[in-house]
Amino acid sequence: MPFRLAFLALFRHPTRTLLALLGIAVSAALLLDMVMLSTGMKENFQGFLMLRGYQLRVAPKGTLPFDSDATIDSATALVRGIEKLQGVSAVSPVLGGQSQTTVRDSTVTAFTLGLNPEVQGDYELLRGTDLADSSSLVANERWMELTKHVFGDSVTLAVGYDPQLRTVVGQRTFVLRGVVRFFYMSTSQATVAMRLPVLQAMGGPTRHDRVSLLMVKAATGSDPERVRSNIETENSRVSVLSLEGATVQVEQRLAYFRQLALVLGSISLAVGVLLVTTLITIGVNERAGEIAVLRAIGVAKQSIVLQVVTEGLVLSGVGALSGLLVGLVTAQWLERILADFPGMPATFHFFVFQPYDAGIALGLLTLSGILAGIYPAWRASSLPIAGTLRREAVA
Amino acid sequence: MSAIVEVRDLARDYSMGSGAVHALRGVTFNVENGEWVAIVGPSGCGKSTLLNLLGAVDTPDAGSLTIAGERIDRLSDGAATAFRLRRIGFVFQRFYLMPALSAAENVELPMAEAKLPKDERRARVQELLGYVGLAGRADHRPSQLSGGEQQRVAIARALANRPALLLADEPTGELDAATGLEMIELFRRLNRDGTTIVVVTHDAQMAAAATRRIQMRDGAIVTPSILDGVGP
Repeated sequence: MPFRLAFLALFRHPTRTLLALLGIAVSAALLLDMVMLSTGMKENFQGFLMLRGYQLRVAPKGTLPFDSDATIDSATALVRGIEKLQGVSAVSPVLGGQSQTTVRDSTVTAFTLGLNPEVQGDYELLRGTDLADSSSLVANERWMELTKHVFGDSVTLAVGYDPQLRTVVGQRTFVLRGVVRFFYMSTSQATVAMRLPVLQAMGGPTRHDRVSLLMVKAATGSDPERVRSNIETENSRVSVLSLEGATVQVEQRLAYFRQLALVLGSISLAVGVLLVTTLITIGVNERAGEIAVLRAIGVAKQSIVLQVVTEGLVLSGVGALSGLLVGLVTAQWLERILADFPGMPATFHFFVFQPYDAGIALGLLTLSGILAGIYPAWRASSLPIAGTLRREAVA
Repeated sequence: MSAIVEVRDLARDYSMGSGAVHALRGVTFNVENGEWVAIVGPSGCGKSTLLNLLGAVDTPDAGSLTIAGERIDRLSDGAATAFRLRRIGFVFQRFYLMPALSAAENVELPMAEAKLPKDERRARVQELLGYVGLAGRADHRPSQLSGGEQQRVAIARALANRPALLLADEPTGELDAATGLEMIELFRRLNRDGTTIVVVTHDAQMAAAATRRIQMRDGAIVTPSILDGVGP
């Protein structure tokens, strides 16, 4: 009977209950989004780096990958040296730069990658064919959109453009072979890729046998940390960033986001608790006479507590479940907004749904709802029966 | 007849602002098994306080109170609740039915709390609603019932766990004259069928219908009642 009375009490003022549920759902959604944001970025970053299984990034000493224009010289020897190290299964060299192509009267500047298509871990082919030979070029949708080129077009690219002298270091004509999605580039950034020796040659002496970055894949069963240590020991001119190291660095940079998420999540939890407490306290005050009558006819304090706590549980539980849906929808919406930020990689997601974390967050909200019901339940069960009935009679 | 209610030197004070109000001062009386006692007197004379003490919803400051052989003046909250559930039936002036429950569910409520088997509860609900003349209104909510019908449901609820004592606080106070008379008839039938009743009332006809009257004034019993000898 306490459960039935609890449900009936909630249905007595359907509009009020519905509004409270919406409020709790919004709180739950915000809490869920904050949890998805704070835990998701770390999880996503690890998955982001591991898209093609390369655990290590080798960059010029003292730099982070693509953090500067610095390059590593004698790349061929370096790659061979690393490939020979125990526990290494693949090495993917990458050279980054900029290229220009003229479209009618304007110039389109694109980020340009030179890489080895057999071992590359930077893109996936969406349409067309890969970099079959030195005249092949692949590009992303943004570049295609800006240049209006289609498959099979001949495209002339220039690198090393000097705006003062209006000269270029190298220029070459390619055949556009495929459309690709670059994992680590923003979708709003026009990007193309060609074979590494081609870009090195186009860059002239300053790019000869140079790379910006090496991606290294540790063999199955080998310890990436040990491989990282071995590479750094053998090559004093490079810094090697492991997945763990990169995660730590990203976590340091994202600490502000996490703190913000924690504060907002805590606030939404508190708002949810206050909503439940307020609504149930109002309900209990309104039903003081009924509760006193229930006590007078022999209903135990525990039954009253159970009834009121059940109201809190139902409110917070239904609110939390609704919040799950609202939270997932708003996370997708926010994700779309954040994806449009300049420089945001296409494959990076801020909000990652982790069932365990979401369960903990919403479970916490539900538990808070139960706790929020305890105060009004205590009030209800402690009502002086005779005094309350007398007041009700006078009222 | 044996005494089902034994009240001895019962006192109850309330603190009101600067001083204490002596709501009951040394009240002593017995109610025999099968009696129908009406407690009468002016407002503020202590009638409702006495009823609350008899119903174990309040505790006295002094004196002793025994109902159906059990001392209830010093019961813990849990024991008093259990006592009310099993031994006392309450009827209130304003009916106080649960508005969201049907008539049948209202009657079933004390039995559910007493953990009676469902079949037994259902049968008892039918029996009680039939007794009070509302067999056809079992599924109606209180808002769909007249005042008299609501009070009948409240009486059925009060009788649910076969109490030793039925306490009624102004049971005709919210009813029109004709319905009040019907209520008096129902009480008369209840008493005739063996229910011991103590009723607090301002209704002269209700008081006159009782088998005995206790007249109160200023927290004490005034004997004999001015209505003694008027009743049946």
